[in-house]
Amino acid sequence: MSAADASALPTALPAEEDVRLTRTWATPPGFWGWLTTVDQKQIARRYVVTGLVFFALAGLLAAAMRAQLSRPDNHLLSPDRYNQIFTMHGSTMMFLFAVPIMEGMGLYLVPLMIGARTMAFPRLNAMSYWMYLAGGIFLWTAFILNVGPDIGWFGYVPLSGPEYGIGKRADVWAQMITFTEVAAMAAAASTATSIFKMRAPGMTLARMPIFVWAMLTTAFMIMLAMPAVMLASSFLISDRLIGTHFYNYAEGGSVLLFQHLFWFFGHPEVYIIFIPGLGMVSEITQTFCRRPVFGYPAVVLSMLATGFLAFGLWVHHMFATGLPHMGDSFYTAASMTIAIPSGVQIFCWLATMWDGKPRLAPPMLWVIGFVITFVLGGLSGVMLASVPLDTQVHDTYFVVAHFHYVLIGGAVFPLLGGIYYWFPKATGRMLNEAAGKWSFWLVFLGFHTAFFPMHILGLWGMPRRVWTYPADMGWGALNLTSTIGAYILAAGVLVYVLNLIVSYRRGAPAGPNPWGASGLEWAAASPPPSYNFGLTPVVESRHPLWTGGGRLPTLTGLSLDHREVLLTTVTDARPDLRHGSPSPSIWPLLTAVAVSALFIGSIFDEWWIVWLSIPFALAVLGWFWPRKSHGKKVGAPDETPPGALA
Amino acid sequence: MSRRPAAAAVPAGQDLSLLPAAGFSAHGLWYWAGLAFMLMEGSAFALACAAYVYLMNSADQWPLEGRAPALSWGTAQTVLLLGSLVPTWFLARAALRRDLKATQGWGVLVAALNALALVIRAVEFLHLNTRWDSDAYGSITWTLILLHTVHLITDFVDTFFLTVFLFTHPVPTERFSDVQDDALYWAYVVFTWLPLYLLIYWAPRWAP
Repeated sequence: MSAADASALPTALPAEEDVRLTRTWATPPGFWGWLTTVDQKQIARRYVVTGLVFFALAGLLAAAMRAQLSRPDNHLLSPDRYNQIFTMHGSTMMFLFAVPIMEGMGLYLVPLMIGARTMAFPRLNAMSYWMYLAGGIFLWTAFILNVGPDIGWFGYVPLSGPEYGIGKRADVWAQMITFTEVAAMAAAASTATSIFKMRAPGMTLARMPIFVWAMLTTAFMIMLAMPAVMLASSFLISDRLIGTHFYNYAEGGSVLLFQHLFWFFGHPEVYIIFIPGLGMVSEITQTFCRRPVFGYPAVVLSMLATGFLAFGLWVHHMFATGLPHMGDSFYTAASMTIAIPSGVQIFCWLATMWDGKPRLAPPMLWVIGFVITFVLGGLSGVMLASVPLDTQVHDTYFVVAHFHYVLIGGAVFPLLGGIYYWFPKATGRMLNEAAGKWSFWLVFLGFHTAFFPMHILGLWGMPRRVWTYPADMGWGALNLTSTIGAYILAAGVLVYVLNLIVSYRRGAPAGPNPWGASGLEWAAASPPPSYNFGLTPVVESRHPLWTGGGRLPTLTGLSLDHREVLLTTVTDARPDLRHGSPSPSIWPLLTAVAVSALFIGSIFDEWWIVWLSIPFALAVLGWFWPRKSHGKKVGAPDETPPGALA
Repeated sequence: MSRRPAAAAVPAGQDLSLLPAAGFSAHGLWYWAGLAFMLMEGSAFALACAAYVYLMNSADQWPLEGRAPALSWGTAQTVLLLGSLVPTWFLARAALRRDLKATQGWGVLVAALNALALVIRAVEFLHLNTRWDSDAYGSITWTLILLHTVHLITDFVDTFFLTVFLFTHPVPTERFSDVQDDALYWAYVVFTWLPLYLLIYWAPRWAP
């Protein structure tokens, strides 16, 4: 955007002050700056790009599986390689693509949507990204070295235990979990704190954008659910390495304990992935229907209810293990109940479209694709909540169809719509609309061609994770159809990615608010400067850019020469105090390197945990070593009014 | 100074540079980082306890073999931890008043009690009467006590360095606020010990 456009923004500072603020919040140039940056947008962009790379890699694995299954008695891949490939596909999609990329979208958008300069803990964000990257590289290096896990993305014992999981493959899986969960929890803590404490003055909880509500719900779910899988995988790795007996039946352990711990995480995980998608759908729907989302309180409460109920369903993944009748009934009822808040949200979006003036630009097409696909996936989910049906189709392709409908329909479609929608904000350039529509139709039609036949294959009894199948089962034609669909889908993704790459260089200039949207992120320049907003915006409604006759009130007073953020009160968002924000630092990277060495070393010898905890402790000390207080830097009196902040 | 009239909920024309630059508890950011950490750790503690009960309920006898942990050291630890809450409370109050002398004094006492808790913990390990690799009972018992020990160590390091800084560096409000947050974290470490104490020391005695 031109300088004239930027100075016309309601939050723009006079030129001389803008120069000072830009200098204060700048990331150092060159490689050192790249390693030390704490700019929330740079870290978030890395998260999103890395997530897309892992999406592509896991997609290639899916393509390999579909090639293997395209005809009966096929020997394109060996059974052992096939086991590694489906494990890598699931693990990469769940742990290295879906959760991190949603976190990345949150890291980028939340501070802009709440009118903040950055996030609460910028260095923690940086460490989070390095941990995620290290975990991804670790897993994929192991795969290339033929030590890729081959135990399914859920790593059930006893297959993954010391008795059957020979070699290091299961250890790699278990430690990759630890990497990605540490990364996710760090980002979640930063996101939740930012939302509670850094909202623009006037942005009460009831005025928060729905996407921000979605990220808040997700952050809490991550903090509560991820410890379960860390516990499950830590028990597993200690059974394998130091002779504990958590899952060893002969010594009083229980294999089902693993399943309980895993699914106590695994079920909320599904919602952790698609609740941010629901937030994106809400934002896109209201912008392209030109009216606020119908039933804001209902949508927000439904989201919270979904987050809450998600913790009460995990046992429906274990119906086939045999449960008391009371357990069967409870978890069936709970699994069906969660369809209610999801349904409420769907009806609210439909009402928004019905009452609005929908414009079928690509982001809106993704939303419509989401509604159709997610409803179908939800319906097969309600079917699976019934114990007799679940027992019949357990571990068949019916389940594969169901969760791809829910996850691709519920999370990937909104994500692709969301990236299209916010791309102009992040890059200052528009995507090509024709290519956007082509990519949508290819992905949408390819998806249904690929996955709908799997319902039928599952009902016919085709089990999951089989390497090949004999011709006389009669599954060949539907599998071939599915493979053709998968390649159409892949072509759509390719068009989408090419559109991103070409438009990044040659797209039409976007301006600050190309869609005429209502949220604060559109009051910042495109792309936003390192400090996001020059003046602090003040919020008077849920849709600050649609109300107030086009004016956006602002406040001044934050330091121009020191990194300073405004903290506001939790519920009413009244200005509370000024807080220092850290400058670029190498410590997050050093800490992440130390922790990575510790995690990787631990799968070879438990003593590495002890020795490598020393550099870890030193890195943390370096990180948190007290420095000059912010009050002193900005010359604030240390003695605030007595009791005012007690 | 605002360029345009501000919302009614936000004083119009408020100059943000007049706001204080540090504050205690929920006013600051680190308090919330602490709460987030407690939430995650609390979830891990609760799930580890659930795993203990799950394994205990699946067993015919508990401990699976051998004796329960010696009660005396675990009980001594519990008494010490609960007792340490008193100076911790005074420490938090002193920090809030920004009373450097009192904060230093109570800080030294609390750090010393943290260190003593670590010493007792070392002895507790010697009297657990089981090893992590004996059976599932031993594995889960060691898990619970190790999880808690990591928290004891973390808080000791935090308290130790903060206390040293109280003597060696100028102490602005931000540092007093850190001391108060650290005191809250210690209270959390103490309270999480209570269910663990019951499971580690009493469940093997009460279980059939």
